[in-house]
Amino acid sequence: MKIIKKFEVPYLQILDETGKIVSKREMPKLSKEELKKLYYLMVLSRAFDEESILLQRQGRIYTYASLYGQEAAQVGSAYALEKDDIAFPSFREHGVYLTRGAKPEALFLYHKGDERGASSKDVNVFMPSIPVGSQIPHATGAGMAFAYQKKKAAAIGYFGDGSTSKGDFHEAMNFAGVFNAHTVFLCQNNQFAISLPVAEQTEAETIAQKAIAYGFKGIRVDGNDILAVYKATKDALTEAYTGKPTLIECLTYRMGDHTTSDDASKYRKPEEAKKHEKFDPLLRFKKYLIKAKILTEAEGKKIQEQVKKEVEEGVKSFEAMKPYPAEDIINYLFEKLPDELIPELDEIKKIAEESK
Amino acid sequence: MNMVDAINNALDNEMANDKSIVLLGEDIGEDGGVFRVTDGLAKKYGNNRVMDSPLAEAGIMGVSIGMAVMGLKPVPEIQFDGFSITILDQVYNHASRIRNRSRGLYHCPITLRCPIGGGIRALEHHSESPETFFAHIPGIKVVIPSGPYEAKGLLISSIRDPDPVIFYEPKRIYRAIKEDVPEKPYTIPLGKANIVREGKSLTLITYGSWLRESLEAVEELKTDIEVIDLRTISPLDTGTIISSVKKTGRAVIVHEAPKNLGIAAEIMARINEGAFYSLEAPIERVTGYDTIMPLASYEQLYLLNKEKIKKAITKVLSVKG
Repeated sequence: MKIIKKFEVPYLQILDETGKIVSKREMPKLSKEELKKLYYLMVLSRAFDEESILLQRQGRIYTYASLYGQEAAQVGSAYALEKDDIAFPSFREHGVYLTRGAKPEALFLYHKGDERGASSKDVNVFMPSIPVGSQIPHATGAGMAFAYQKKKAAAIGYFGDGSTSKGDFHEAMNFAGVFNAHTVFLCQNNQFAISLPVAEQTEAETIAQKAIAYGFKGIRVDGNDILAVYKATKDALTEAYTGKPTLIECLTYRMGDHTTSDDASKYRKPEEAKKHEKFDPLLRFKKYLIKAKILTEAEGKKIQEQVKKEVEEGVKSFEAMKPYPAEDIINYLFEKLPDELIPELDEIKKIAEESK
Repeated sequence: MNMVDAINNALDNEMANDKSIVLLGEDIGEDGGVFRVTDGLAKKYGNNRVMDSPLAEAGIMGVSIGMAVMGLKPVPEIQFDGFSITILDQVYNHASRIRNRSRGLYHCPITLRCPIGGGIRALEHHSESPETFFAHIPGIKVVIPSGPYEAKGLLISSIRDPDPVIFYEPKRIYRAIKEDVPEKPYTIPLGKANIVREGKSLTLITYGSWLRESLEAVEELKTDIEVIDLRTISPLDTGTIISSVKKTGRAVIVHEAPKNLGIAAEIMARINEGAFYSLEAPIERVTGYDTIMPLASYEQLYLLNKEKIKKAITKVLSVKG
């Protein structure tokens, strides 16, 4: 027997957990302003997350999936996107929406059970996909469309470690390879699919290596290192524009429960999550920014205050919104509602009118 | 043209006029599809518009959704009815609700083509009639043509429709019926049934390949029967059905899919809602049995035929009003 092929899985870390640059060579080209913007977006994502959990506990929004601990993976990757790129997220990617310019009020609104919050114009983030992994083929298809249109744009599919067990993931990756799709696959390996640890999800040592089977590059990055995530995504996008997909595995950790309906202490010792606090993506980035004299403590405080105000305004503004007209539950089914459904439309209108 | 030629011609017409139309499916390129429906199109329009896809039905539907929301009009093909079940997740959880979930910001113009039904002594899973699964999904249109002329006009309408359409092609009549079909594009509206034959004594409602046997049965009985070809299974054209049954007072419904929760059951419910007091006899349905589609040796027993249809008509006509 002889070896006919050997493969490698690269790992990228730029900023270690102490806030030290460990790979200067890989440092992305980002201005001081951009670095500060990244920090602001991470703080905003966390503040939004904390507020959402609070609102859920008070019954002001419904089920919510926390992003706590995944700020670097979400903000870093989304910040790398260009205007025409589009993201296909799962239900935990609030940081992606915020980075792309969605307003907190839209995200609150969605979690209040209002379809109007699911998508925002000009943000170029598709609606969140709840059936796990089912959005990954859409990212491939969008990337195929860009290839066909010869457009300098790419699609990025967001998903978690649990998704990688699904056929959708494998079919999407395979199609992307075959059709040279302008697609980046971004897996946030937060090490849990509700209760199932990643070690029981797959026997593979890394998720990144799964790309090899489909003929393209897979890379694992420290998912709590925003500089590494940004760099890997930027490089992957550059490749994607020429029809070469990449799978990026952001190794991170879900610090919170799966959703507000979950209690992680049932299957994960609280001490275990506590241990991960020292890898907090915000902490290390702030340490770096302060040490590198990009950010002062005073500026950090100002950002906290600014973000708090933004989130509070978001709450005010979504709670002030009037419900949409009841008939809209059927009005958006088709471009033109078939005659067949007019009686149902009329009945909905009537019931809504009577209950006023 | 036969139905294969008519569908090929419809695709050709539309692709020539609209560069956003792309085809995707297993063996549809160089091979022209296992039924040769897409024959010659890859050569004419190139491999980037007529894409031979990897063997993954759910993937075909999933990537088509991604293409559709980014401005293309994909016309994917699933090779056989039995395999169209694997796309249900993508159709139900995504294609059907993209316009609704995004409040109209995105929409999903896909026409999914797939052969349907038995009658060609095929392998297991190659002779199924799963239209009800898709017809039950809000936001999805289901179209099943009854012949070459119909197929071309309905397919062009489906492709031009801005929302997702499941277009099932009765494979039994792919080459069995020849009709004059114009080379130029034309449309037949979706959601509107076709009164193929006017009559006063009974309404026969059917779609797809059984229109032919239904018409033969009606001719042989030499009675004054109205025959409706549904064309679109969902949304149903209830108006046409109701006004016909109000006129005739009697109805027979014919389809190949199993009886339990089949389209006929829905039509009976709608007649009950809209024409109950006009009925002069219980409605009969001629459908497939509620069992697994048998293999070729007993396929003919399972399938409908002219005699079964005649028997049902005679029974309904024999009831004194």
